[in-house]
Amino acid sequence: MTIAATWNTSDTLWVLLGAALVLFMTPGLALFYGGMVRAKNVLSIMMNNFIAIGVITVLFVALGGSLIFDVDLGGGLLGGLHLAGLSGLSEALPGLSWVGADPMAVMVFQMMFAIITAALISGGTADRIKFPAFIALIALWFLLVYVPLAHWVFSPNGWLAHLGVLDFAGGTVVEINSGFSTLAVVLVLGKRRGWPGEAMAPHSVPLSLLGAGILWFGWFGFNAGSSLGVNHVAVVAFTNTQLAAATGLLGWVVFEKFREKFPTTLGAASGAVAGMVAITPCAGFVSPLAALGIGLAAGLLCAVAVRAKFRFGYDDSLDVLGVHGVGGLLGMFALGLFATKSVNAAGGEGLLVGGGTHLFLLEVLAAATTAVFAFTVTYVIAKALDLTMGLRVSQEAEYTGLDLSEHAESAYSHGGSGRLG
Amino acid sequence: MKLIVAVVKPFMVAKVKDALQEAGVVGMTVSEAHGYGRQRGHTEVYRGGEYDVEFVPKARLEIMVGDERADELVSLIVETARTGTIGDGKVWVMPLATTVRVRTGERGADAL
Repeated sequence: MTIAATWNTSDTLWVLLGAALVLFMTPGLALFYGGMVRAKNVLSIMMNNFIAIGVITVLFVALGGSLIFDVDLGGGLLGGLHLAGLSGLSEALPGLSWVGADPMAVMVFQMMFAIITAALISGGTADRIKFPAFIALIALWFLLVYVPLAHWVFSPNGWLAHLGVLDFAGGTVVEINSGFSTLAVVLVLGKRRGWPGEAMAPHSVPLSLLGAGILWFGWFGFNAGSSLGVNHVAVVAFTNTQLAAATGLLGWVVFEKFREKFPTTLGAASGAVAGMVAITPCAGFVSPLAALGIGLAAGLLCAVAVRAKFRFGYDDSLDVLGVHGVGGLLGMFALGLFATKSVNAAGGEGLLVGGGTHLFLLEVLAAATTAVFAFTVTYVIAKALDLTMGLRVSQEAEYTGLDLSEHAESAYSHGGSGRLG
Repeated sequence: MKLIVAVVKPFMVAKVKDALQEAGVVGMTVSEAHGYGRQRGHTEVYRGGEYDVEFVPKARLEIMVGDERADELVSLIVETARTGTIGDGKVWVMPLATTVRVRTGERGADAL
């Protein structure tokens, strides 16, 4: 490959920085999730997050990145294979000729999105999925669910993007997708033994708080980096991320204070994440005032949504649906209401900004399409894996803990029975 | 010889130790314990899910003393560890058949 073009250095630097920040979100998620499970399963869930970095990186380079961003094969459904192996990147990505950043930087940035989206699913399957089954699940899911969705929305040639659907940083591809894919998997996988009667309380809320902080830090790269260049839209996306995280945090905590008397630390961490989930599709398209409102609404709504699993009896262990699915839907609807061209001329005008119903209906269409597609295809994948290799660990392994059964390790070896010192 | 066992609130350990030391007690064993009495456990809430914590953290002190000092030291522990609220703990006394100091092999009262 010859270096055919000179790309804008500051834009390239911005996107590379964003890629590093988004990568950092996955170990952040490992801490966020790790703190919420019991001590016997903390390494298992952290390993599920970490292994996603390895698996998805390879699949993205080999096939996925090209299927997402190469020239459309027809109908806006899937890209081709010219970019497989990260080849053919001396020219701008199809439809993205306005981007000043080096195309390889854009590809590696997008790779990090796929990694964290796969890792998110582990929040639903926690405490009971076989390690090899999780790997097979995310590999098939990446190729059959993530890749098509990312092409439809993130490639300008995808059918949803072509219709005019707006999604700044992945309200559909990352958030709604992870939420509804997780719901499908946990319906096949079944509940944890003893849930919801037995106490399965978080073993270390401090780990979760640290993880939420790292997610927050990384989300600046996720949202502001999605401008793919150093410009005013990036600054707005950065700012809106902070605002929605702050009001999401406040919303969740206020809800708890009135509902259960105690504002909890885990609630504060969850609220910040919920706020950032909802602002993800909106980040570069709405005003800072709208971002404050969207974050607050997400904090309140997701605090309610995580309780639904107790009512309906699906064991989404760490609330991927309640936080990412519901927060993502809220974000897409909010974008249809509050998008304004005064922030981003390449954006649109929402229903409440005088733009009529056009954009709102497009956002609803994209959100619904994503939810249905992600749920349906993931359900089939999970069912197929369950019938062939089996998804669940044995009853004994589940009782002993997956750290020992799947990895022959213990997270905390000081004290405890059978071991001194 | 008597074995005094006191289960008290964890933050009372230092205060009880100081009081016993001042009264001439030269050694004790402290361990972390969990249990419940009339106070029962408490409830924790995580993302709206309620979890009953049935066993509350406590500290368990063990002191070996001569028969003549047992009543006096029990009273001292009780007075020192009392807050007046539920969950203050419990103290009990058991007869001690023998004691041995590992270093010297001394037995009985000499090993206290």
